[in-house]
Amino acid sequence: MTRVPIRFYQVGSFAVGNRLLEDEDRTVQSDPQRTNSIDSGHRACQGCGEALGARYALDAAMRATNGQLAVVNATGCLEVFSTPYPETSWRIAWLHSLFGNAPAVATGVAAALRVKGRDVRVIGQAGDGGTVDIGFGALSGMFERNDDVLFICYDNEGYMNTGVQRSAATPPAARTATTDAVGPEPGNVFGQGKDLPRIAMAHDVGYVATATVADLHDLEAKVERAMSLRGARYLHILVPCPLGWGSASSDTINLARLAAESGIFPVFEAEHGVVTSVTPIRRRVRVEEYLKRQKRYAHLFGTQPRLEVIARLQALADANIARYGLVNDETTNATLED
Amino acid sequence: MFQIRIHGRGGQGVVTAAELLAVAAFDEGLFAQAFPSFGSERTGAPVVSYCRLDERPIRTREPVMVPDAIIVQDVTLVHQVDLFAGLAPTGYVIINTSRAVSDLGLEAELVGFTGRVETCPATEIALEHLGRPLPNAALLGGFAALTGQVRLDSITSAIRERFAGAVGDKNAAAALAAFDEVASRGGARAHAD
Amino acid sequence: MLTQIEGSKAIAEAVARCRPEVVCAYPISPQTHIIEAIGAMVKRGDLARCEFINVESEYAAMSVLIGSSAAGARSYTATASQGLLFMLEAVYSAAGLGLPIVMTLANRAIGAPINIWNDHSDAMAARDTGWIQLFAESNQEAVDLHIQAFKLAEALSVPVMVCMDGFILTHAVEGVDLLDADLVDRFLPPFEPRQLLDPANPVSIGAMVGPEAFEEVKVLAHLRLLDALEEIPRVAAEFEALSGRASGGLVSGYRLENAEVAVVAMGSVLGTLKDAVDARRELGERVGVLGVSTFRPFPEAAVTDALGHVERVVVLEKAFNPGGRGVLASDVALALAGRSVTSVIAGLGGRPITRASLERTVGRAVAGTLPAMSFLDLNDAEVAAERARVGASEGVAR
Repeated sequence: MTRVPIRFYQVGSFAVGNRLLEDEDRTVQSDPQRTNSIDSGHRACQGCGEALGARYALDAAMRATNGQLAVVNATGCLEVFSTPYPETSWRIAWLHSLFGNAPAVATGVAAALRVKGRDVRVIGQAGDGGTVDIGFGALSGMFERNDDVLFICYDNEGYMNTGVQRSAATPPAARTATTDAVGPEPGNVFGQGKDLPRIAMAHDVGYVATATVADLHDLEAKVERAMSLRGARYLHILVPCPLGWGSASSDTINLARLAAESGIFPVFEAEHGVVTSVTPIRRRVRVEEYLKRQKRYAHLFGTQPRLEVIARLQALADANIARYGLVNDETTNATLED
Repeated sequence: MFQIRIHGRGGQGVVTAAELLAVAAFDEGLFAQAFPSFGSERTGAPVVSYCRLDERPIRTREPVMVPDAIIVQDVTLVHQVDLFAGLAPTGYVIINTSRAVSDLGLEAELVGFTGRVETCPATEIALEHLGRPLPNAALLGGFAALTGQVRLDSITSAIRERFAGAVGDKNAAAALAAFDEVASRGGARAHAD
Repeated sequence: MLTQIEGSKAIAEAVARCRPEVVCAYPISPQTHIIEAIGAMVKRGDLARCEFINVESEYAAMSVLIGSSAAGARSYTATASQGLLFMLEAVYSAAGLGLPIVMTLANRAIGAPINIWNDHSDAMAARDTGWIQLFAESNQEAVDLHIQAFKLAEALSVPVMVCMDGFILTHAVEGVDLLDADLVDRFLPPFEPRQLLDPANPVSIGAMVGPEAFEEVKVLAHLRLLDALEEIPRVAAEFEALSGRASGGLVSGYRLENAEVAVVAMGSVLGTLKDAVDARRELGERVGVLGVSTFRPFPEAAVTDALGHVERVVVLEKAFNPGGRGVLASDVALALAGRSVTSVIAGLGGRPITRASLERTVGRAVAGTLPAMSFLDLNDAEVAAERARVGASEGVAR
């Protein structure tokens, strides 16, 4: 699919109706011919960003590989809500082993397929815990060996499956059950955490990209690009979690967009350690607009707003904007809602 | 069963020597077992390897407790480790040194031993033939001359099997030279005489 | 062909003849020579259609094989000791997913204190994983068991661990008859996986199972493991018909005829033990040996049958469960309910097990003076001194 930068903006939303796009660029959820990697009837929460992200990523991969795809899944929400025995929501070849080993299992699948001479492509996938924490060693090994696997991290910034605990992807000031959620400072500390896309780039893997569920065509295009390449590849997708973030189920897409538009979550592509493209911010928002819609940041917005903490978070967003060049001539500045 | 214990230092090919001896005996139709003392010793540390030869299958896995022969690859181990522990009273000892047995001060350690002790300048022989101070192949030649347990040609073919080309040839030549050296001194000498 | 060869290299040759398609390992003493040799064969092109993958940990090694086996490739690894513990979560997963992976365990002690030498603590730590665990007495048997292991694993869709004593066997150079490749091919057909990760027939492997079905799933796996008690002798018999060698099986008796005392053991100590029993037989004592080749599934009926007439049973093993007794001893005692079973722990962390000590132990068993549990060649004085120094009560619990 070609990527068409959408310059259209309707008041209150960036969504563009299918009717405004060329046929080949339209999203065709209801097309009976469309691949449906993860079926309806899974047990994800309302508004689950991960279910949405996984569906679009894997459907795009199925299209890109002509259905010749095998997927290895780490333990986590995605695995639990999709395969309550004896039911499964997967319509694709799918294997789950453990929490921390999905990258290595994917390596093994790819090795077997290669030795068997079967042209089937492999995706490994995990949440942020299975990627940046417990699966990190295996993922680093998979990157370092340049194994022929696309690894996708569905990042919801914490251990949501087990009840919202801190991971190394939990952002500063976000409250989780282990940050610890008591007293006036229930949020995560500043100065910790792993930036996995940059760590992946440091491994010199062929392709690293970030995406959000707010821009599904961008996500699909990145999956397609990744599947056109061989060797180790990495895709990091921000997937808001209504349960863990304390946000409205209806706000998932909006939050993903605000994360990108604030600069909190930079959207870019890199090849062999060099950034090759960024998705510029069209309508720059201040971080408050993103933060205050989530209960995990509620302690910043009490009767005495924690302006110095918010300022530090704004500084992190600004640093991302500067690092990746996310603001260009076409970027507009939104006024703060109040 | 004939049991051999080889003492040396890490890097001198102590384990290789036991393995070569086992292969040589195997080629003569014997059952043979070679194994190291399983250490994590680094270069220069005292190390031990073992070898058993028998006409019957060998079942035991214990270290060689009562050796019939002891090969000492490094003379600096004398008086440093218990080289002769369990040595059969009528057994054999071959020590890598250019000195004479009588110069080594072994009388106290070999009280009651009526077997044969011989020295062999294996390091010098190795330097001459290999250009490197690796005495293990030469000492196997000396061992063959001293004990008659394996033939020299079995030793040299085991060496060539393990080390291809010039390296094998040079080691085989060192084994031959040491064999001649030990044999020319009248072969075995009874220590007690 | 009979070859004088190092145990590890012999294993590599045997594994190569089984035509593995994915070999993945992380180096740990005393397993290294095995994977070095296989890696060299792959690089030289001697092993056609095989991927050799170096990974960052044992955990990854077993995980890679979970993927490769699920995708239909014959898969092999080797490890030892801490490496087995590090991969243990994946070891369970492989069995739970019914993946016929074959693994060599070069038996080694477990720290702390760190120790690279041989005992069976590592194998015992994997006792409950759902793997078939076979123990080799010699390098010949280890080689033969590897060839049988692939057949067993694939017939039952259960992973198999071949245990061989680290250093004592892996590093010993001795005569081994390596079966010709065409004979192995005749014995071991190509791998036909029971379930396959395949887009043409997509299945979900590794679903979450709740309380309503978990017990049944586990019992089915247990029954399949018990099926191995019939499959193992069948595979061993077929192997014997092919090679002329009796290797493996469930248990093997030695001089058990009219024995009053039997010593039960596993692994390479059986050789020394047989020499010791020969010596005691020459003294007129009626003693024998029972070697346990299949440790899991535990061949309870075979043990009972073999020891039916034996009055006193000594279980000599290279591991124990601290605060309890010997692990194998507990299994044997359960099988021989009511009979005298004494537990002797020997060879921990590579302590040499000498024939002389074994002869003494057998003598004590015949005389009826062996305590319920003892440690062979323990330095009692040192233990007592340390106990006294820290103010513990006198004496050593035996």
